[in-house]
Amino acid sequence: MRAYLPDYELRVPKDLEEALAFLANEPGMWKPFAGGTDLMVLLEAGKLEHTKFFSVWNLAELRGIEVTDESVTLGALTTYTEVRRNSILQEEFPMLCVAARETGGIAIQNRGTIGGNIVNASPAADSPPALLAYDAELELLSSKGARKIPYKDFHTGYKQMKLRDDELLTGIRLPRTTKSLRHYYRKVGTRKAQAISKVCFAGVAKIEDESVADVRIALGSVAPIVLRCEKTEAVLRGKSVDERTISAARAALINEIAPIDDIRSTAKYRLRVAANLLEDFLKTVRDGELN
Amino acid sequence: MSETNSGGREFADRTVPVILQINGIKHELQLEPRVSLLDALREYVGLTGTKKGCNQGACGACTVLVDNERINSCFALAVQYQDREITTIEGVAHSDQLHALQAAFIECDGFQCGYCTPGQICSAIAMFEEFKQGAPSAVTEHLAETEIEFSEAEIKERMSGNLCRCGAYVGIVEAIREAFDKEAAR
Ligand SMILES: Cc1cc2nc3c(=O)[nH]c(=O)nc-3n(C[C@H](O)[C@H](O)[C@H](O)COP(=O)(O)OP(=O)(O)OC[C@H]3O[C@@H](n4cnc5c(N)ncnc54)[C@H](O)[C@@H]3O)c2cc1C
Ligand code: FES
Ligand code: FES
Repeated sequence: MRAYLPDYELRVPKDLEEALAFLANEPGMWKPFAGGTDLMVLLEAGKLEHTKFFSVWNLAELRGIEVTDESVTLGALTTYTEVRRNSILQEEFPMLCVAARETGGIAIQNRGTIGGNIVNASPAADSPPALLAYDAELELLSSKGARKIPYKDFHTGYKQMKLRDDELLTGIRLPRTTKSLRHYYRKVGTRKAQAISKVCFAGVAKIEDESVADVRIALGSVAPIVLRCEKTEAVLRGKSVDERTISAARAALINEIAPIDDIRSTAKYRLRVAANLLEDFLKTVRDGELN
Repeated sequence: MSETNSGGREFADRTVPVILQINGIKHELQLEPRVSLLDALREYVGLTGTKKGCNQGACGACTVLVDNERINSCFALAVQYQDREITTIEGVAHSDQLHALQAAFIECDGFQCGYCTPGQICSAIAMFEEFKQGAPSAVTEHLAETEIEFSEAEIKERMSGNLCRCGAYVGIVEAIREAFDKEAAR
């Protein structure tokens, strides 16, 4: 059923401090409203849990892409369009740009933010697998202070995450250690853009002397959270990519993920596709084809 | 301050002043902050050219331009777009001279019922800008490409956020191509 609008409240804080005060003063009551591309869908469906929101859209502190020698930090409000157009991201973090340009249509890409994609915490979201494979770190802020957390430790269960009631996500930090990596990103859905993924795969690997010197793999839509597959990575590390390694890795991945049947696909299909993507990833990086 | 509506429901007056610059005209409104840009345009400013289809980002009927970028106005809050130049379908023509895309839509039968058309046209106007800036889309071969070919695949991908229930897609793509070719020839 549609929501009854007068039940909802929305405020516009004038700065970051005032925004944090909403969260601090009535813990758990207020939620930030960024691009609204998830929230307005829930509102329309009458499925919004919270009734009190404040807009963060105009908070300059949460915008912009900052580049240092060591890292690139995206403000939480960085939109898909900003990601898609950024030349450093195109060069060093291409999977994030591919994820961005395959998320919804372009009008959605002009509003939807990376921060919103993370905190909305859909296991089918398309940027998180890329962020996990790039070893992203999240920057969180409350009126008590700032802290950082590796993104791989952030999601703890379906829509559960290590974000306190009084905290905002302010930035996403990507270490600039990707130059020697090969990148592989695939979103499998009913059609390319505009469709929610059935399975999404992001992997990076460093191949030295024909064996796997480093590897990070993350998948979407195969578990209650977007999953970094460290057990599968462990099976691969130090090995040469031959048939034996590939089948061991496939077996490890199938054990590590736990997909379900839902409106978009079946568990069986997802297991098969995930394992096939892993194999294609390994062969592609072995044979030196970059994304 | 609180007041009671006829249904006996208590609620406070939470309206705030909102200044919107629409089609070159400044509108001073008094809105609740939760009012979407789409509702502000249609219900408060009286510009009903922008349409409401799904009200949840899936159809593109509500597409408007903000500083030449397209957004779904159903998602956007009016308060988030103060101090920005908003253009709706009512503002794309130059006095009595139709915008090239409007003329091309008529010429190429780019519509049947016309409900999706304002969104299609605003979306296509922004797409022209995006081509000029060389931003890649999901079907552009290389991520860092700046000279992007105005191919049918690019048009279809870049317009995929705008649905047409009447299925006038053939005419829509033709109209966009014609207008683009004309603009390129100028
Ligand atoms: C038509 C359509 C197609 C889509 N296609 C895709 C797709 O292909 N792939 C995909 O992954 N997603 C897709 N999405 C979902 C969506 O666009 C993203 O999840 C988007 O990134 C959310 O960002 P937002 O700024 O709009 O978030 P909002 O809707 O504003 O917020 C989402 C959640 O994040 C919280 N939040 C936002 N910012 C912060 C912050 N800084 N700190 C703390 N919490 C915060 C909000 O409180 C809310 O709970 C689609 C959506 C639509 C409508
Ligand atoms: S009404 Fe906004 S996208 Fe459908
Ligand atoms: S012309 Fe009828 S919806 Fe497009």
